[in-house]
Amino acid sequence: MSRSKPTAAAILLCAVLGAVPGCSGRAPEIPRLRWYAFDEPSGAFEQAARRCADASQGRYRIELAPLPTSADQQREQLVRRLSAGDPDIDIIGMDVIWTAEFAAAGWVLPWDGTAADQARAGRLASAIESASYRQGLWAAPFTTNTQLLWYRTDRVARPPATWNEMIEMAERLGESGTIQAQGERYEGLTVFFVSLLASAGGTVLAPDSRSVSLADTPTRRALDVMRALARSPAADPALPTAREDQARLAFEAGDSSFMINYTYVWPSAQANAPAVARHMGWARWPAVIAGQPSRVTLGGINLGVSAHSRHPALAFEAANCIAAEPNQRLAATRGGLPPTIAALYDDAQIRQTFPFADLLRETLRDAVQRPQTPFYADVSLAISHTLHPMRDIDPIGDSTRLREAVRRALQSEGLL
Amino acid sequence: MSRRARDERRLAWLLCAPAVITMLVVTAYPTVYALWLSLFRYDLRFPGQRRFIGLDNYFSVLGSEAWWQALSNTLLITAGSVIFELVLGFAFALVMHRALVGRRIVRTALLVPYGIITVVAAMSWRFAFDPTTGFVNALLGLQGDWLATRGSAFFVILLTEIWKTTPFMALLLLAGLTLVPGDLLRAARVDGASGPQRFFRITLPLMRPVIVVALLFRTLDAFRIFDTVFVLTRGAQGTESVSIVGYDTLITRLNLGLGSAVSVLIFFCVLAIAAAYVRGLGIDLSRRMEP
Repeated sequence: MSRSKPTAAAILLCAVLGAVPGCSGRAPEIPRLRWYAFDEPSGAFEQAARRCADASQGRYRIELAPLPTSADQQREQLVRRLSAGDPDIDIIGMDVIWTAEFAAAGWVLPWDGTAADQARAGRLASAIESASYRQGLWAAPFTTNTQLLWYRTDRVARPPATWNEMIEMAERLGESGTIQAQGERYEGLTVFFVSLLASAGGTVLAPDSRSVSLADTPTRRALDVMRALARSPAADPALPTAREDQARLAFEAGDSSFMINYTYVWPSAQANAPAVARHMGWARWPAVIAGQPSRVTLGGINLGVSAHSRHPALAFEAANCIAAEPNQRLAATRGGLPPTIAALYDDAQIRQTFPFADLLRETLRDAVQRPQTPFYADVSLAISHTLHPMRDIDPIGDSTRLREAVRRALQSEGLL
Repeated sequence: MSRRARDERRLAWLLCAPAVITMLVVTAYPTVYALWLSLFRYDLRFPGQRRFIGLDNYFSVLGSEAWWQALSNTLLITAGSVIFELVLGFAFALVMHRALVGRRIVRTALLVPYGIITVVAAMSWRFAFDPTTGFVNALLGLQGDWLATRGSAFFVILLTEIWKTTPFMALLLLAGLTLVPGDLLRAARVDGASGPQRFFRITLPLMRPVIVVALLFRTLDAFRIFDTVFVLTRGAQGTESVSIVGYDTLITRLNLGLGSAVSVLIFFCVLAIAAAYVRGLGIDLSRRMEP
């Protein structure tokens, strides 16, 4: 605020000049909207913020407040500010897993009327669902993401359709058959389990989101795959400590033939390992049950408006501008973040960035949400703690233990 | 009491006051507040549903397997690192004390690890032991993943802790070594005492208060271990420490009541350790350390 205070010299000048316009106190200040989002490295967010401010013709300007890259750490910082009612936050780049929590805690404002219609227009159904909680919309779908199967076309003639087939194929390839996946005890392990469970026809929570489902057969099937993968000679010995980036690095080193990972590995391989990129193919995430297409976990960033914002109306407007088509195109082509507007997947420029655009859209259409509960952080911790390390999973005993752990997590009960 | 003595006492209180007030605000208040919070069922997401539940949080923590597992892990890490640090620290202190040439360089070099931020040190070790990008496996001709099994993960955690904090131990012990009068050692030598005899009969007993203080500091520090474990394993592979359990409950799950109960229990553990040292080894910390 001190910047806008008139300096002594200005006051003196005003006193001399008398009633000149602009001297009659402060010039009307342009409302500044603070957009808290992860520190996007390409500068696409920065540019989108500038574009929207320019388009507003001086009604608002947007200032980015960069957050850490890891979703856990972003949440840690946001939650403290939001629960303390910090008015500095206007727009929040919300990971899809926070929707229920932020909505139930009253930290973000609901979207209604034309703003909501605009936010929903032409967006992928799964992306809208990720921003919804109890029939209401709590954020504007902005970017999305999901995993694909990446494989070596020079070693594998036809991509495997199921997990069992892939493990068999990899074992037959011997030394170079390694499968890269995410097995560390963190959010990525929960993502892996949720994808396997949904592909086997199960869900973590019952439809009311308040009680545990984890039906016996699908849960056991998912756990069977996890155990089989971890115990196979085709698994990387570093699987229990592998995150997305360890998997990417190992695949780029060239000794692996399969990888489960997000779309960012495509531009990365082209930049860092062109020899591997030449033989890099993509396919749908393997199914658990033959003939039943896989359902893969949805990721991405939606734009919420903080309940303590000083300019909520402007924040809704700005969020819709950031999430509009030109900026989704920008985030996709420059930042490599897949758009939530379905039609963009037919756009020539986007198809050049994502040569696998059709597969991506198809996977996103069938995507599964992670449990939509205010206690998601607890539930995720319960899942990853129970199922790590994957090689020690006992499909029968652990499905019971998992059900109990998730039940306690939903009650926010006891240590996990 | 004379007027002068009274005035001096009042001045002493006045001079202490800023320190006492600061300590009350930054230490006593949060401690008491945590104690208060631990008696509630209180979720940061739903402050409206806060309710008093007495000691239920404590029963819940003490009745859970996770707490006892974490406590035994923490004690293992504490004992393992402090014992090695004491032995190594003593060796380093003797080297620093006796170094004839380049004494300053030797002292500086030995203290470098302590000057490195723990998170940075832990990251460096994590990268060093990483099977894809690290140099340790390449150097030893190994294939495995160090952080993927319990035993080797503990080894890396202990190594990081020892590497990082041995200099601290060495520094405290060096201060103790300088307190041993040279005349006494020379007299013993004249009387025909051998090197080991002089070390065990004279140096060690005279350094006892210093050793106990060094051990106490390091034990309390090691018991609260968080950053090393957080960076290396995040508590996976059964390496969870009590501070990691507290972090998960308080910061990730936003369960203020249960998390505060964990913090308070850690606080009591630390108190118990301190009391055990002071009682068990009969050291009066306020006494001047004189030979």
